[in-house]
Amino acid sequence: MEPSKRPLSPHLQIYKPQITSILSISHRIAGVALAVGTLLLTWWIMAAATGPAAFQTVRAVIGSPIGYLLLFGWSFALFYHMANGVRHLMWDTGHGLDIKQAELAGKVVVGAAGVLTLIAWIAGLTVMGGR
Amino acid sequence: MSRNLRTTLGRVRGSGSAKEGVAHWWAQRMTALALAPLMLWFVAWIVALAGADRPAMVAWLGTPWNATLMILLIAATFHHAQLGLQVVIEDYVHNELAKTAGIALVRGAALLLGLGSAVAVLRIAVGG
Repeated sequence: MEPSKRPLSPHLQIYKPQITSILSISHRIAGVALAVGTLLLTWWIMAAATGPAAFQTVRAVIGSPIGYLLLFGWSFALFYHMANGVRHLMWDTGHGLDIKQAELAGKVVVGAAGVLTLIAWIAGLTVMGGR
Repeated sequence: MSRNLRTTLGRVRGSGSAKEGVAHWWAQRMTALALAPLMLWFVAWIVALAGADRPAMVAWLGTPWNATLMILLIAATFHHAQLGLQVVIEDYVHNELAKTAGIALVRGAALLLGLGSAVAVLRIAVGG
């Protein structure tokens, strides 16, 4: 068959990365990562309901330096997904759809995710009594 | 006269070719709206409780409001996760059998983990 002369859309590998496309795929990756993170949430609550021995195992994992690092990454992914989700909800109402506004909102989302992560950790580790 | 080939009943139901209308899309947005405040509450607490021992954790989860919010959070989280993962699978998995099996697996896992987590919260809050 004769190859089509019609223009093809660029493949992902040669398509220039832009803030909008990077944030879009990041939203999806963060969502999948958060879904995987629910396994840890379930394990934690299940262990607390099961008994002291089961809980000790979870505490050793979550309370370790690696556990805190995972939790920090999880919290940033969550706040990013949440802030970008609000950006999506804004688009759903028909607002902010032109390129300039979409790019600006994207930068706001990344900043908001960073600030919310810091606030949650400062609040959690000080006034709310975390160690 | 309308040039639309769909029946008037089909149009008023608005279900489209997938026969579910905007139900999936709407549920994803509604669970997202519920999750925003619930997660703001939860993330700060989980940071505070990450290193906590069991009595502290059980005391926190055992209060009626915390248990209630936690069960709401669990329901919204697993429903939202299942809806999102379904779309990811539909976008990337093109083999019909693998796609159906993948979505069924995600739904089953969400039900199992969500129900299990909710039962665990209830056991702590009510069963002691």
